[in-house]
Amino acid sequence: MNPPLTDAADHPVRFEDRSRQRVEHTTCYMCACRCGLQVTLQDDEQPDGSIKTRLRFLQGTAGHPVNDGVLCAKGSAGIQKQLSPAKLTQPLIRRPGTERGQGIFDPISWDEALDLLTGRLARLRSSQPRQLAFFTGRDQMQALTGLWAQQFGTPNWAAHGGFCSVNMAAAGLYSIGYSFWEFGAPDWDHARYFMMWGVAEDHASNPIKIGLEKLKRRGAKFVSVNPVRTGYSSLADEWVPVRPGTDGLLAMAMAHVLLSRELFDAEFLLRYTNAPWLVIEAPGTSRDGLFLRNAQGHPLLWDQQTQAPAIQAPGCAPAMFGRFTAPDGTAVVTAMTLMAERALADEYAPATVASQCGVPAEQIERLALEMAQVAFEQTITLPIRWTDAWGVEHDQVIGRPVAMYAMRGVSAHSNGFQTCRALHLIQMLLGALDGPGNFRARAPFPKPVPPVQLPENDAARIDAPDTACARPLLGFPTRPEDLAIDLRGRPLRIDKAYSWESPIAAHGLMHMVIRNAVEADPYPIDTLMLFMANMAWNSSMNTTGTQQMLVARDPEGQYRIPFIVVCDAFDSETVRYADLVLPDTTYFERFDAISMLDRPISEPDAAADAIRHPLLKPDRDVRPWQDVLIDLAGRLKFPAFVDEQGAPRFAGYEDFIVRYERAPGIGFLSGWRGKDGDQSLVGEPNPDQWQAYIRGKAFHAHHWPDSQKYMRFANREYLEVAARAGFIGKAEPIIMQIYSEPLQKFRLAGQGLYDGPCPERAEDRERLVRYFDPLPMWYPPIEMARTDEQMGAEAFPFHAITQRPMVMYHSWDSQNAWLRQIVAQNALYMNAQTAADLNLADGDWVLVESMHAPVQPQPGTPDHARMNTTEAHRRIRCQLRTMQGCERNTVWTWNAIGKMAGTWGLAKTSAEANAGFLLNHLISETLPARPGEASLTNSDPITGQAAWYDLKVRVRKDPDQTPPPGAAASGTLASIEGGQA
Amino acid sequence: MKLGLAIDIDACVGCHACATACKEWNGESLMAGGAPDYDPQGPVPAGVWFNRVRHFEAGDYPDNRTLNVPMSCMHCEQAECVTVCPTGASYKRAEDGIVLIDPEKCMGCNYCAWACPYGARELDEQQGVMRKCTLCVDRIYDTALPEAERQPACVLACPSHARHFGDYDNPASHVSVLARERQGQSLLASLGYKPVNQYLPPRAQAQIPQPKAPPAPDTLKKRLASMVNTLIRL
Repeated sequence: MNPPLTDAADHPVRFEDRSRQRVEHTTCYMCACRCGLQVTLQDDEQPDGSIKTRLRFLQGTAGHPVNDGVLCAKGSAGIQKQLSPAKLTQPLIRRPGTERGQGIFDPISWDEALDLLTGRLARLRSSQPRQLAFFTGRDQMQALTGLWAQQFGTPNWAAHGGFCSVNMAAAGLYSIGYSFWEFGAPDWDHARYFMMWGVAEDHASNPIKIGLEKLKRRGAKFVSVNPVRTGYSSLADEWVPVRPGTDGLLAMAMAHVLLSRELFDAEFLLRYTNAPWLVIEAPGTSRDGLFLRNAQGHPLLWDQQTQAPAIQAPGCAPAMFGRFTAPDGTAVVTAMTLMAERALADEYAPATVASQCGVPAEQIERLALEMAQVAFEQTITLPIRWTDAWGVEHDQVIGRPVAMYAMRGVSAHSNGFQTCRALHLIQMLLGALDGPGNFRARAPFPKPVPPVQLPENDAARIDAPDTACARPLLGFPTRPEDLAIDLRGRPLRIDKAYSWESPIAAHGLMHMVIRNAVEADPYPIDTLMLFMANMAWNSSMNTTGTQQMLVARDPEGQYRIPFIVVCDAFDSETVRYADLVLPDTTYFERFDAISMLDRPISEPDAAADAIRHPLLKPDRDVRPWQDVLIDLAGRLKFPAFVDEQGAPRFAGYEDFIVRYERAPGIGFLSGWRGKDGDQSLVGEPNPDQWQAYIRGKAFHAHHWPDSQKYMRFANREYLEVAARAGFIGKAEPIIMQIYSEPLQKFRLAGQGLYDGPCPERAEDRERLVRYFDPLPMWYPPIEMARTDEQMGAEAFPFHAITQRPMVMYHSWDSQNAWLRQIVAQNALYMNAQTAADLNLADGDWVLVESMHAPVQPQPGTPDHARMNTTEAHRRIRCQLRTMQGCERNTVWTWNAIGKMAGTWGLAKTSAEANAGFLLNHLISETLPARPGEASLTNSDPITGQAAWYDLKVRVRKDPDQTPPPGAAASGTLASIEGGQA
Repeated sequence: MKLGLAIDIDACVGCHACATACKEWNGESLMAGGAPDYDPQGPVPAGVWFNRVRHFEAGDYPDNRTLNVPMSCMHCEQAECVTVCPTGASYKRAEDGIVLIDPEKCMGCNYCAWACPYGARELDEQQGVMRKCTLCVDRIYDTALPEAERQPACVLACPSHARHFGDYDNPASHVSVLARERQGQSLLASLGYKPVNQYLPPRAQAQIPQPKAPPAPDTLKKRLASMVNTLIRL
């Protein structure tokens, strides 16, 4: 029977009353992607007649460079973040007589709080500035926080990159001049083949989703290399379930296939990379492995026409392969010869690596050949005239339309830097960089390889009272002299970044700060200031141990970290470990600059930055952290923040952003510069700049003309603009580095051959020799190898990793009322056939253990409900779910779903606290030591990147199958259904 | 008109953007009547969703696929939920086929939910009435909105452009063309409810040929032994 139909006239549509609404634009802050947000605000009349403005509707900003009108689940749920009952409401001080960690506070006024903090910081600054450690989490204003720390004079500042993506950033910046995630993006409009490595539903959010659909629509092939098939990978034309930690081996095998069959772009390699540069072969000497250079220091290649060394310039005909003798008798070899010898070795043959990677040799061979087919037989040309860096004009741009992207699954292993280098090697072999269809650079990148910025390492300057550091605190070392160590080789930084243990720690090692401070290794600190970083919970390896360290006392009964300041907008697990809590505003309540000096919102076709501006008035006694920092900078009389009379130079953050210039004409925001606001990238400060951004939908985009869109590493017009804009120092070609001389210099130091500082510790020497290979290579992730070595290969058979739930990634801070309905408890996923082999069933409660010894919970401190402390190993209890889309030796879960009871404004018995769990409890921030070995960070030995995914575990059924109270009987909305074996 | 959605399973990554955008719009929509959250910070969070995304696997490892399937009201031509409604609260609009509920008449008996095989109707436990997708009837006809925004909230938000809205009665409409070209499917078609929303199945997997004449695998090894170079002038 047909249903009765009703005339619309009987039920008129009632539209929203828009008379009290208005539309504004700002920038989302639910994750790190910084999408444009169109906000419908509604003014509600209150019973007392006053007007209260609230958020009615959030949508993507059409035409925005990042999201062009779309918005993800997190973005729309921003309304609930604003409404979160977990918002902090006033400054708090730990109640006298209570223990840190109990979370018992008294309110304190802002005046009192800032007086207290200023007094303490002034004392540190005028005695030993390094006693302040200032670390920030999801900081989107590192250009300001870094400047602040530099002006304070402490070296101890960094953001969360050290436990997130520094392997990707550093590998890119030491290889191609730009990098995965932040400083480049695939060309979704032209790519015909897209290989995505280890993207665990993480960065970037909307750009990847928009892009994947474009690829599918155009019929491009999408290959996902990932042990887990969810989310983005569900769209893949081919899924490659690689064994965790072996991506680099797989990539090297692909390079093996390409090289062995001579499927590479010789012109690209000779012109734009250091493939033809001559490497000195003088084993046992300080010159070994360095480039042959002329008197001016220019690296040389072998000109086949003159049979002599020459510089890389038009007219010469460089030898790609060969060993030669320089006029002074020095034996030299081209970098490409060494690379080919490396990759062609049997250890990287597909047949050799297949069983280790879990990928059949035929598949490896086929994937490599497919990329070559697309690169060389589906080449695209765009009729765009451009001039290269040597002045040669071209009437077209050639695209080898293979694009790659990689993130967490590569980054979070202790071999991630070299693995990422191997991916860049494939891109260089294919000539598939910054052309149409490639992985392309986003301004202010590309930069010279590596960027010309050295970290502060002057011990005297760092120790000088009331003195700002002269250099930025983070940078890119090129040789051992650039390390931040003292004359005895000890680290100058609390996180030991730029020490022999982590020489190229370009983002610092936030995950080591608390441990090092508590152990007074390399030295004790007085004050730890944390901004928006949940170090007492999901941002720390070894969560329970970190909680204990935060409350650890010395023999005199004093806290080992005497004073902890936490700044956040929400009541996180870390807040309760604070002595002083400074409540921040939400992203709808303050000004922010997503700055060209920091991590702007550029896309390959436009240099772009963005702002936030206050749409809502805080209804609490909170202040924007930026304003607090600028206030403190004035009170502490930082040279850049006070005038000659010592009076504060800036009225606040809003004023600072407009008037501060890093160099003449170059400030935090690149749009609407100049007195009249008509200049882009460079120009005088414009007092009307904020208003111009507000009128411009909260972003500015400098669109590159076609002639500046491609091959920017060697595009003269682009390089000249980039130099004027301060992106790069000089308009010179940026030569990509297959062979990394900086790494070789560190390796020479490890061999004791370097003509300069060399390490004394055996551990450091061994690591430099082993891992600082100037050519891309693969080695087993360190903790993985040690687990097998110390416990036996079968004792802990599973790799344990996390995926970032797309609905929550980076938005887990307020346990959003809508997002938690989608996922409030997580399960451990395992391949269904593997589970069947182990007699495990979907829904079983299982015990998961790692090799690490358990941490005894501190009496009186919050403890994770299911941490077992009587066994020999760290253990968690959780529910098992089985699925097909999981590599046979891997278990995984959604990250950061578990919460500490009583935090985030949630009921104490929340599903997150009762049934959710963190893998962090099974991880250690230090490596399992070998006998007699010093304690070493569980990180990439080159960059210090936290090696989260090196974890190995064993899984067995809990004899007690009682679910924890509050566990949902069935899965959550984010469950994956249908995983029967 | 026959208004409905085309949902592209070959583009849906399962991100739930449609679900929260729906919640955001309809939480205050005068036509939807709300989508409440029950004890939002409580032990086991729950609430009304007009749009839920489900995740399925098909095939066995390693040839398995993962499918993300957003589910909301199909605005069926044979809308049994309307037929069974004892109070006449549920109705299907003659003009465009949108199935709606008149909350003044609804007594929350759940008959419609039992009649719906797609799980599209949910009880608002606070108001005691049923709630469901309105196809954002109060957006698509709202002339106060810019024309580009007269779309259901889920379609507007969808980051992978997996959701399309339009008139299936018009063969030239965007959704009709998509459904035709991509062999759009009805879910549970055999039940005979004639759902209007169409699901676009995954396309055939992209195939890349092998290179035409690649050199043999050991070509470079031989060349390295002799170190013969091609002459390429920069």
